[in-house]
Amino acid sequence: MDFATSFALITPELILTGAGLVLLLWTAWAGDKAAKPIAYVAALTFFAAGLTLVPGLHSGATGPDTLAFLGLLKIDSFALFSKALIYLAAIGCLLIAPAFFNSEAAGVEQGMRAEYSVLILFAALGMSIMVSANDFMSLYLGLELNSLAAYVLASILRADTRSAEAGLKYFVLGALASGILLYGMSLLYGFTGGTDFAGVRAGLTGELGTGALFGLIFVMAGLAFKIAAVPFHMWTPDVYEGAPTPVTAFFATAPKVAAVALTARVVFEVFGAQVEAWRQIVMFTALASIIFGALGAIGQENLKRLLAYSSINNIGFILLGLAVANEAGASSMLIYLFIYVAMSLGSFTALLMLRSDSGDLYETFGDISGLAVTRPAIAWGLLFLMFSMAGIPPLLGFYSKFVVFQATVEAGLIAFAAIAIAASVIGAFYYIKFVKVMFFDEPTDLVTGKSGVANWTILFLTAAIISPLGYLLTPSLSDLANKAAGALFLSV
Amino acid sequence: MDAFPLLSTMMLVPLAGAIVALFVGANAARWTAVIATLVTFGLGVLLWTGYEIGGAQWQFTERAELFAGFSYALGIDGIALLLIMLSVFLMPICIAASWGAIQKRVGEYMSAFLFMETLMIGTFAAQDIFLFYVFFEAGLIPMYLIIGVWGGDNRIYASYKFFLYTLLGSVLMLIAMFWMVAQAGTSDIPTLMQYDFPAGAQTWLWLAFFASFAVKVPMWPFHTWLPDAHVQAPTAGSVILAGVLLKLGGYGFLRFSLPMFPQASADFAWLVFVLSMVAVVYTSLVALVQHDMKKLIAYSSVAHMAIVTVGLFSFNVQGLEGSMIIMLSHGLVSGALFLCVGVIYDRLHTREIDRYGAISNNMPYYALFFLLFTMASIGLPGTSGFVGEFLSLAGIYQVSTTVALICTTGIILGAAYMLYLYRRVAFGPEKNEDAQAMGDITAREWAMLAPIAAVVMWMGVYPESFLAPMRADIAVLDARIASATPESDSQLVVGPPKAKAANAVSAVEGHNEEGAH
Repeated sequence: MDFATSFALITPELILTGAGLVLLLWTAWAGDKAAKPIAYVAALTFFAAGLTLVPGLHSGATGPDTLAFLGLLKIDSFALFSKALIYLAAIGCLLIAPAFFNSEAAGVEQGMRAEYSVLILFAALGMSIMVSANDFMSLYLGLELNSLAAYVLASILRADTRSAEAGLKYFVLGALASGILLYGMSLLYGFTGGTDFAGVRAGLTGELGTGALFGLIFVMAGLAFKIAAVPFHMWTPDVYEGAPTPVTAFFATAPKVAAVALTARVVFEVFGAQVEAWRQIVMFTALASIIFGALGAIGQENLKRLLAYSSINNIGFILLGLAVANEAGASSMLIYLFIYVAMSLGSFTALLMLRSDSGDLYETFGDISGLAVTRPAIAWGLLFLMFSMAGIPPLLGFYSKFVVFQATVEAGLIAFAAIAIAASVIGAFYYIKFVKVMFFDEPTDLVTGKSGVANWTILFLTAAIISPLGYLLTPSLSDLANKAAGALFLSV
Repeated sequence: MDAFPLLSTMMLVPLAGAIVALFVGANAARWTAVIATLVTFGLGVLLWTGYEIGGAQWQFTERAELFAGFSYALGIDGIALLLIMLSVFLMPICIAASWGAIQKRVGEYMSAFLFMETLMIGTFAAQDIFLFYVFFEAGLIPMYLIIGVWGGDNRIYASYKFFLYTLLGSVLMLIAMFWMVAQAGTSDIPTLMQYDFPAGAQTWLWLAFFASFAVKVPMWPFHTWLPDAHVQAPTAGSVILAGVLLKLGGYGFLRFSLPMFPQASADFAWLVFVLSMVAVVYTSLVALVQHDMKKLIAYSSVAHMAIVTVGLFSFNVQGLEGSMIIMLSHGLVSGALFLCVGVIYDRLHTREIDRYGAISNNMPYYALFFLLFTMASIGLPGTSGFVGEFLSLAGIYQVSTTVALICTTGIILGAAYMLYLYRRVAFGPEKNEDAQAMGDITAREWAMLAPIAAVVMWMGVYPESFLAPMRADIAVLDARIASATPESDSQLVVGPPKAKAANAVSAVEGHNEEGAH
């Protein structure tokens, strides 16, 4: 293992680091005037970093050749798949930002801050490290790099109290979660004598001692915090509502992918020998997330808050794939993640297009009443997205539930699947409420503002992906997901 | 069979129409819809004439591996053929019925209907169980919009109820499908129809499918969404709902529950019988006291569909054929009755029965059509309703005389509430001046009602045209479920054999040409 190979393996991370540092200097010299070009350069950086992933993704990189830095990182095709999703989501969140920050919606601090793009770059760098972590140390390093950037992002509108509050809440609760995670890691280190995944795994075979079990539970709890799964979800609605909408879109997509991928990596590679110990935790969390995510959303008037509950609900379905604990389950989880990212990005982009003439954003159900008459294009886009989130065929959201439930049933967890799918009907209630408000109610004609090309492009692209045309993507998507899941399970 | 993908074309034409209708003005959207549905109907006629009676069980098959997890496989047998014909026949009529009645957001309305047509054809033609589910479930979206946007005063409640009720019914079926596909190793419907699932598992699978189809049919006590949905939906929405969507439930029993789980079907036949008997009597009585015409017809639909379900679970050829004929007949007749209600609703904007009366004086042609469909709904010999109900009840008599007895009261009660409705609307004293001032049906309304009337009479006088295409398929189904047939309580004595069985496949005697009308 020489460092040249290691550096070759982390090319995307190097690109992100280099670009992040250069852009930081640019920010320092040019100030906020250059915010827009910086955002575009950052998006291009992600694109370039994403391109370097393609060969490995295509060939399904796996095995010892993917270990970098003496086993601290593992750049297998599972990591590559997750990174690709993270970069795509980050590009989307960079492109929709300028229009938001440069309008009245940003409040007194109108005008985009150049640091936004740099923080997104560093957050994504942290996520890259998270998903390729093969050691608790690199895991924590990536997690904190991501989290610290994210705390700042949440409160980037310093003069806006909602944004500041969101940042503070996110920081306090996120720090608590990190603490829980660290404590769990220290217990595991104490009882197994290692921090690398393979070493800890070797120490966890056979009968699970009480101390190690505590370590496992603390690690799981910390991870559940990061993916916002019930019962560690309570920060999500507040943070999602308070953070500026492009940042919320970012939180709902890229860090979710990273945290879910990280969780999958940890449960399979570290706790792979103790499936029964963590499976019941994941099963409970999955069902609780589906049910509470759905019930919590029902009474919401604020659309961002509603989508926050929706993301909790979706995490439940993703965890369903995790609870299956086999290759098919992991693959279904990745397919779900891809579709979820497309749907979330599309939904938040659509929310960003609900503007008044002066650019102020509308955020409640009352404001979008009768949108189908006044702004049919946005309304139809949201209709697609919401039915897709509800999992109604022929939209692609159905396919995501399809693969997850298929894996669950094939693994014999039939009662579990039946309860989960019945609970998904509760979720359908608030998704169709969106459609009801936009299509059935009398128009209010509040949404009159124009939206930029970037927003339209992203809305159109995500709508096209989740439309029935998206089913044509499924063969290649499931091929890639299978390779990624295969790489994850190679060591198990 | 020629290689031309006729079924895909039939689905693509309305789909293309749906997309066009979304982007053009109101009048252009109407014409787009009419043209698209008529072209699809024309293709449907080609489908029927091209269908070879006595040929391969599955015809017009198409297959493409476009998706991961399931395939795009289409193909029809006689049963699917007839139900597709019913859909494409009713569709242009629905568009005509909405011509003037729908004034707001016409493009979206026509688009929803055309999309619906694509999905209905897809549901009946799907040969992959997951593809079937996609089409089956996707119908919720356009129907939700049709009820919610263009419905009556209480449309929001009705649309929610319709959506969530049917969704909850269907999702458990999806879980059952996953299990079946994992067990059998294929999602191909014809293969699954021949696959023997373990008897213990059949029970659960049957119940999961029952949850979905019982809501769709709908069977008592899962029917409560139907009156709400019907009353609130616009006329054409009711026609499609009664005409085709309810048939999805019956089709589901015929295509999935019976052939895939024959043992469980036999075990649970009592459940179907009990629910159906309650439905026949109870909903008929409820229909008797309705003041709202649409609600009355909605309840009568539940009663008629209950006779379909008993016929299906009678496990013999008469019952199965009878059920199919009732489904076709009910699709036409209840559709036509909703159209009749729509005709007078368009004039007076009320469905209250008391607001009409003696309209046979000023609307003689209307009264004639209404009478014909009323009689067909009752099951008068010479109309389609008679053929279906007679066969179904004859079939069920072989299984249980009690069930037959109770279900037959449905015919008497049906006569009661339909004739009572007819008397109050068309005859009696002239009590409402505005009702007396209504003009008779227009040319457009003639064009809607006359074709249905013709087919209703045709099916009543010469049902062979409709029985012939599905005879072989019903025979296959009968053979498949024969082993599970429950014991009969009616002690039938076998008489001297006839020269030819009533269901003999007579490929030689020129029935081919007749069946191809």
